[in-house]
Amino acid sequence: MRPYDIASFASDSLQSSRARTLLMMLAMSIGVGAVVVLTALGEGARLYVVNQFSSLGSNLVLVFPGRTETAGISPGMLLGQIPRELTMEDAKALLKSRAVSRIAPMTIGSSEISYGPLNREVVVLGSTSDLLEVRHMELALGRFLPSTHEGEPVCVLGAKIRHELFGNASAIGKWVRLGDRRFRVIGVMGSQGESMGFNTDELVIVPVSAAHMLFNNSGLLRILVEAKSRDAIPRAKQDAESILLARHGERDVTVITQDAVLATFDRILRALTLAVGGIAAISLSVAGVLIMNVMLIAVSQRVREIGLLKALGAPASGIRTLFFTEAALLSFAGSMAGLIFGELGVFAIAKAYPSLPVTAPWWAVLAAVGTALATGILFSVWPARRAALLDPVAALSGK
Amino acid sequence: MISLEHVSRSFAIGDQQVYALRDINLEIAAGDYLSVMGPSGSGKSTLLNLIGLLDRPSSGTYRLDGRDVTALNDEEQAGVRSGKIGFVFQSFNLVPRLTAAKNIELPLMLAGISADLRKARVEVLLKDYGLLDRADHRPDQLSGGQRQRVAIARATSMHPAILLADEPTGNLDQSTGREVIDLLEKLTEQHVALVLVTHDPAIGGRARRQLHMLDGRITD
Repeated sequence: MRPYDIASFASDSLQSSRARTLLMMLAMSIGVGAVVVLTALGEGARLYVVNQFSSLGSNLVLVFPGRTETAGISPGMLLGQIPRELTMEDAKALLKSRAVSRIAPMTIGSSEISYGPLNREVVVLGSTSDLLEVRHMELALGRFLPSTHEGEPVCVLGAKIRHELFGNASAIGKWVRLGDRRFRVIGVMGSQGESMGFNTDELVIVPVSAAHMLFNNSGLLRILVEAKSRDAIPRAKQDAESILLARHGERDVTVITQDAVLATFDRILRALTLAVGGIAAISLSVAGVLIMNVMLIAVSQRVREIGLLKALGAPASGIRTLFFTEAALLSFAGSMAGLIFGELGVFAIAKAYPSLPVTAPWWAVLAAVGTALATGILFSVWPARRAALLDPVAALSGK
Repeated sequence: MISLEHVSRSFAIGDQQVYALRDINLEIAAGDYLSVMGPSGSGKSTLLNLIGLLDRPSSGTYRLDGRDVTALNDEEQAGVRSGKIGFVFQSFNLVPRLTAAKNIELPLMLAGISADLRKARVEVLLKDYGLLDRADHRPDQLSGGQRQRVAIARATSMHPAILLADEPTGNLDQSTGREVIDLLEKLTEQHVALVLVTHDPAIGGRARRQLHMLDGRITD
């Protein structure tokens, strides 16, 4: 038989039992559609996190006090010592590295802010002028922390804090009280929502030294180090480690690159996408079983036709090919319908949640269609074999 | 053309061997017109299926054009069926979803003949069997006589050397049955060997050679 004739004979026979064909296509398309939609969601979540990270700033290296051991315990823990603090001097020393372009120290505490009769609890972040650039933050009004006169009692308010304390009135130049000290408002942050645990909308940023006085401490929570370029990140990390080793006399800080954190999230979310896609793929194998069942019924319903085809000169292999082709056409049509369903679903989700970058990854689409075709054909092996091995004499008499 | 030597066909039913055919010796030449008569269960259809390569003998040899065809594998036997043998059945066995023309075309399609050639041959057959105006009708839109004419056209589409007809008039009224027999007899004039299984003596009596079967044996 010629390939075109095989295809048209198979599609004729599919069309002659329309309800059965449509139901099988539906089962197949639900499976494919589920894979497409779920992997699109997983991939969307991954991209969302990746984007969030890069909005934090690029080429970042993070320095934390204390050393995280992967195994065993540090001597300091045995002696009941707390790790040595990171200081402003440590932070400034990091600038000696030629791979580092900027640094931004961070210290954090919580305090009460009040303006006139209004007051609330806020998170106070102590930092320097470079924080704005390093963290890619946006200023809505006024200016950010000054690069000189670090002891000046000035503060920059988060968008929400400003709104709660000042309403529609101007905040710039006003004096607010933080704990037992007074600060002059010099700027207001743009509204950027939550990013990696910090909601800048509900933050008050003050110079490091002011924060130290406010909270009566001297350490830094962490130092953000911006490398000069992407290629300079490993150098910056190495330099940070060696500079602090030289200053502290021991390795008592943890230096990680943003890429490492990002890569971890990336791995976790990719695994999640795969898992979700895999679960959806199970529904494809269920559709495969359905195809097998229906093909078996089709074989027993068409026993006479099979007998006739044999009498008219079709070899067993020809009969097998015909049934295979039917299953393949069915799976193909089903998976195409599933792709359309899936893409419509993805489109609807993208409309409903514009901030989530949902798109089905190409490998998932390929895998879904591939699995659909493979299960369809695989599960028709048995029915097709059964058809091919029918005894023509018995088949012709309809037994 | 066809020679059966000591051919037997037995089936195992439980632990008993049941013989459908016993020691059949038969020669059929090109253009022979042979009727096979006998009561049901006498082995007529089994003989026909054996000649048509739908069944294999338990013992004995079957030569077709001098070649031992029982030793052929499935693929080769299908090839022989396709090129040399035509079947006409009592219940027509048309594919219900295909039109008359498509049904006639089926053996040509299975043989892998090109679409142009198929179309031309089907056209001739439709004309020969008076089915031109029925070409696009499906079997359920055709009368019994028309259905059997489609089946005969289909059986002859590959120009077979031998035509096997199993009770071709069994589902037809008498006058339509006679027309069908006329059509089949006309084919024997074109050197097609015709083997006609029937239990109607009026039809079987018209054949040039008549075989009577009983209990799997040819009685005369």
